[in-house]
Amino acid sequence: MIALLKRDLALAVRAGGGFGLALAFFLIVVTLTPFAVGPNAGTLSIIAAGILWLGALLSCLLSLDRILALDYEDGALELLATAPIPLEAVAGIKALAHWLTTGLPLTLVAPVLGVLLNLPEPGYLWLTLSLAIGTPALSVVGTFGAALTVGLKRGGLLLSLIVLPLYVPTLIFGAEVARRASEGMPISEFSTPLALLAGITLGTLALLPFASAAAIRINLR
Amino acid sequence: MEVIVEDLAVVRGGMRVLEGVGFRLEAGRALVLRGPNGIGKTTLLRTLAGLQPADGGRVAPGPEVMAYASHADGIKATLSVSENLAFWAGLHGVQSIAAALADFNLEALEARPAGSLSAGQKRRLGLARMAVTGRPVWLLDEPTVSLDLASVGLFAAAVRRHLEAGGSAVIATHIDLGLDGAEVLELGPFKAAPPEHDHDFHEAFL
Amino acid sequence: MSLWEYANPRKFMALSGAVLPIAAVGTAVAMVVGLVWGFFFTPDDYRQGSTVKIIYIHVPSAMIAINCWLMMLITSLVWLIRRHHVSALAAKAAAPIGATMTVIALLTGAIWGQPMWGTWWAWDPRLTSFLILFLFYLGYMALWAAVENPDTAAELTSVLCIVGSVFAVLSRYALVFWNQGLHQGASLSLDKEENVSDVFYWPLLICIAGFVGLFITLVLLRTRTEVRDRRLKALIARERMA
Repeated sequence: MIALLKRDLALAVRAGGGFGLALAFFLIVVTLTPFAVGPNAGTLSIIAAGILWLGALLSCLLSLDRILALDYEDGALELLATAPIPLEAVAGIKALAHWLTTGLPLTLVAPVLGVLLNLPEPGYLWLTLSLAIGTPALSVVGTFGAALTVGLKRGGLLLSLIVLPLYVPTLIFGAEVARRASEGMPISEFSTPLALLAGITLGTLALLPFASAAAIRINLR
Repeated sequence: MEVIVEDLAVVRGGMRVLEGVGFRLEAGRALVLRGPNGIGKTTLLRTLAGLQPADGGRVAPGPEVMAYASHADGIKATLSVSENLAFWAGLHGVQSIAAALADFNLEALEARPAGSLSAGQKRRLGLARMAVTGRPVWLLDEPTVSLDLASVGLFAAAVRRHLEAGGSAVIATHIDLGLDGAEVLELGPFKAAPPEHDHDFHEAFL
Repeated sequence: MSLWEYANPRKFMALSGAVLPIAAVGTAVAMVVGLVWGFFFTPDDYRQGSTVKIIYIHVPSAMIAINCWLMMLITSLVWLIRRHHVSALAAKAAAPIGATMTVIALLTGAIWGQPMWGTWWAWDPRLTSFLILFLFYLGYMALWAAVENPDTAAELTSVLCIVGSVFAVLSRYALVFWNQGLHQGASLSLDKEENVSDVFYWPLLICIAGFVGLFITLVLLRTRTEVRDRRLKALIARERMA
């Protein structure tokens, strides 16, 4: 299983692996936002936390179809299914690799982009933390979506359509934490959404790999 | 290791395509599957590999002894030859890839990205991948597609070496690989009869 | 003789063929009686005036919209556990009906909300969760449409339906947390004291019966079409084999 993680990471970083695309997309979203809403610092600082969460979510979405599609095309997924590790573990590792190459960098770069959007000072810590806690759920749910659509020729758009409604609770709780923190509320005001966000991440981590593995099996048949 | 297949029924798209398939494959022997396109050679191999559920019958031992290779061999173009092999070896709990590199004449290519290999070299890498799984029964689906005559010879030699080492192979192919003592299984006689009209109108909508 | 016998396509076709005319007539009667009674023979509300009468479409369609997903969840589970093809096809057949009912509920809600709340749309938890329910229906139908092999499609959509149900419930509670909202409480409940007054209650109940009948009729009709479609495909496949 470590071998699979290492390989996926290596593939992502090598040429053509698409590493960095999500980061670039995130940067573009954040750059375009002031063009759309105006350069007023007050307006920007109100919406900064939400825009950063939404931008991270969309950047994450962009790279989902690479999680399984490449392995499906070159037959590696079939071979993984016949290998002596459970497909549930494959789904889990794939999600982990996706998070390490997408969710984690997005989390780390978010506070930097926060400066561009005038994110109020108390927001930085909790924006980063809420992304760190919430983005794993995005990767796991995304892997499930990728597993459902892996056999399809033009699954990209369908993947977004399926995954986006599933992202709703994560986005609500994650953005809520970042928003309340950036408004300067004390931690007692957002400990509930924070706990719920962590709950969603843990719950999806525990359960969704089974659904993803089932979907992969069905698609390979 | 002896593989016994009895009364196997193979389904594709919800329909039985082959039924009553049975054979016995001893260690060191190869079995060549023959039959027209669409008869179900690929489906049979996938069923043996455990990728598709059978509709009945018995395969002993199961998919854990089978190494399957389709047209696509799961080789990553941006990884080097040895990285590709080491990955599959690690996944199957095999420590060393040195023997496989030597056996398939890949030592000189070890550090090359797999994407830069020729078709024949790629196929050799694909076979080496099967070797590092440590599994004795190779399931090969049209392994000689896109290979020239010389590469076919090299390929056949590799399969022969695997057989001599006590392994076995089930090969779906149209051409003669020149494997001595390979048995041939014509799939034509196992073609599933079309379901009868009204009596079987249960789940299959017929 | 168990209930599962009717999961056999042929038995289903025979039974549904017999039930369909009865269901259609019952639906027509209930809809006409309920809507005419509701629209023309109930007093205007003392605060809301005649706009309240949209309740006879809004509430039933909203109920169907939610319960249709519940029905799809159950039929998906039946397909995954017992492998009855008709069950999977019924789920497929129900989805567009559920999506349509969701749109009707949203539209009638907007028409009702404009004079009452002074806005066509508010990001109220109830409204928003219907919008998200609609997105779930869209994704579900798109997946059915995208997968070629009908059995694969049935399995994948079933898995999506189950996972989606969990996330739909999660979203519902997340939305309540997110915004408290201005939608009124449920119009109907088993606890009689909370209900709307009697003059509205009976025609509303008949309208709901009519919408349930409409749902059953449409699902049966569409499932029969799906079964015929599958049969056609199976016959063509057999032809090709022979």
